[in-house]
Amino acid sequence: MTMGCPEHSSWKGWIEDAGRRVFSGGPVYLFFLGLFAAMLVAGIAAGIHAVYITGSRHAYGTNREIPLAMLIATYTFFVITSTGLCLVSSIGHIFGVERFMPIAKRAVLLSVITIMSGFLVIGLELENPLRLAVYLFLSPNFTSNIWWMGVLYSFEVVLLIIEFIFIMLDNHRASMAAGLLGILFGIAAISNLGGVFAMLNGREFWYGPYLPIFFIASALLMGCAAVIFFTVLAYRVHCEPLDHPMADSLAAIGKLAGLMLAVIMFFTIWRMVALAVGGTHELLVRDALVSGPFAFNFWVLEVGLGMILPFVLILWSGGKRIGPLFLASALVIFSSFFMRLDMVVAGQIVPMYWELGVREYSMLNAYWPTWHEILVVLAGVGLSGVSFLTGEKVFQGFREAEGAGSPSDGTLEVVVQDPQSASDGKVDG
Amino acid sequence: MIFKSLDKETMLKEPEKISEMDRREFLKIGLVITGVFAGGSIVSVASAAEKVFPNGSIARKYPYRPHYAMVIRVDQCIGCRRCEKGCTAANAVPDYGWRTKVLEREVPEAIGQKREFIPVLCNQCNNPPCVRACPVTATYKDKVHGIVMMDIKKCIGCKICMAACPYDARYYNEERGAVDKCDFCFESSLSRGGKKTACQAACPADVRVFGDLSDPRSRVYQMVHQLQKPVWVLKKETDARPNIFYTKG
Repeated sequence: MTMGCPEHSSWKGWIEDAGRRVFSGGPVYLFFLGLFAAMLVAGIAAGIHAVYITGSRHAYGTNREIPLAMLIATYTFFVITSTGLCLVSSIGHIFGVERFMPIAKRAVLLSVITIMSGFLVIGLELENPLRLAVYLFLSPNFTSNIWWMGVLYSFEVVLLIIEFIFIMLDNHRASMAAGLLGILFGIAAISNLGGVFAMLNGREFWYGPYLPIFFIASALLMGCAAVIFFTVLAYRVHCEPLDHPMADSLAAIGKLAGLMLAVIMFFTIWRMVALAVGGTHELLVRDALVSGPFAFNFWVLEVGLGMILPFVLILWSGGKRIGPLFLASALVIFSSFFMRLDMVVAGQIVPMYWELGVREYSMLNAYWPTWHEILVVLAGVGLSGVSFLTGEKVFQGFREAEGAGSPSDGTLEVVVQDPQSASDGKVDG
Repeated sequence: MIFKSLDKETMLKEPEKISEMDRREFLKIGLVITGVFAGGSIVSVASAAEKVFPNGSIARKYPYRPHYAMVIRVDQCIGCRRCEKGCTAANAVPDYGWRTKVLEREVPEAIGQKREFIPVLCNQCNNPPCVRACPVTATYKDKVHGIVMMDIKKCIGCKICMAACPYDARYYNEERGAVDKCDFCFESSLSRGGKKTACQAACPADVRVFGDLSDPRSRVYQMVHQLQKPVWVLKKETDARPNIFYTKG
């Protein structure tokens, strides 16, 4: 039994020790832990207040015309990230690619954390979440993508937890089995998430096979970005420099991120080209994205900060410098939130009876998030933050599995040399 | 007239079935209206059997009995909105929601009448996107009468049915704790022996004609299965196969 605490044989001692590590994390660590905890509590309180006290009609920005908005976008953001982490972790510890091995444990834990964050947000979005727990099983609808998504993600979270337990116990065979199943369920779940939107043939912007495929590609990018982002932060949490195996691993993931970023860019280009020759609804959505109310989000947040700048940073990193990779990852994560938000909301801006030319449906539908919604989003971020920071201390940075490589110079500007020079311990700050 | 009208005598013999002769006539009607009224209304009277036939083929048998439908005589609507009020009163619809609505279109350059009113409501589709999307069958197509119903105790409030509906026919009802929609007044009237919907009863201009589409004696049957006047449906392209028909003239 390792679990990062070989000196204690009992669970009680292990927990006490883990708690001690958390509370002795230093002022900066504790500040951020407290900040994320406050976000979590405030967000949960806001969600409960919105759904059960004032009513979501008053507290959330959704309405009859735009019933799915920021909270659904946040849910997709988290679960796509979770599936991506699961996929990226599998490259090493399931498919045996050596350079991806060091990140496996942290990636699996982050996958669990992000999927739970997604569940938290959707739990505060649904009007009657308890009924879901009952009727998902008592009254299933096998033609519903949400039903399949719910069931598949439920299985996936269980499989991820099993995978994490076995990977921490160094039982690689069992963790591989759980991980392999986790990948299958994860991909099935995420494509069903795409199907939730893609199978609504009354919504022309969503309808079609684009979204399920795009979500899988996007998940891989998000997985890469999240691994780089959180691993670099983890080493900051432990006030330690990146060791060579980890820096080398992150460099490899950075290259995969670059590839996936290129894929996402081509997806986006062709999406916009296809919209330009689509029907009236699609043209209206394209105009809204290109020059309308979503133009800032699309051009600045999605294209500029989410595609071009990260791609330039990854190229600049030369697949070696961790600093630019970290910044690129942070930008990808930040911008992908707006990518999800734009995707969800833009699909509903064209009124259903637009083509009738009637007075009541003569304006594009508008949506603006409320403070309640923003706080619920922050609850998801808070849960991820608290869990990540706590996990790092509890599992002691996953040191045993990663192996202690020779430390780098202690800055984020680690440059990974070629394997020969890296093994010689040469590091260029 | 290019086509002769349908033989009522023949139709009355087998009310639930469409004869071969009728089927041929319907095919012709389909050809006539396609591209003219963006309708294809007859083919939207779909049966479960239609799913196994090529899209656009003709249903041989009505899937429900009674097969409730409504024909809206759109040119008769005067925009008084008594239907909206009647619906609200009969079904306890809150002020922030609606089950039926009268839309208004103004065409200043039109010759003569420049304003038109278009009543809309749940289309009780034969292939309802909302029913397919609901994860817990809180909304379902009733197997007897074909009305798209709500089982409010099951509704989780995910609102995917609202996003799925091509007719904007659903809203979340806080008081009920569930999504609400038109049920052709099944709860408030039909299930208690009523024959009319509240909107139909409130209309002073006989705009809304409600009835059993599988019964050749009903007005809706006769209004839909004729050649003299155009009949169309809204948003045919979604393949929801609605049971709300529009006509004028």
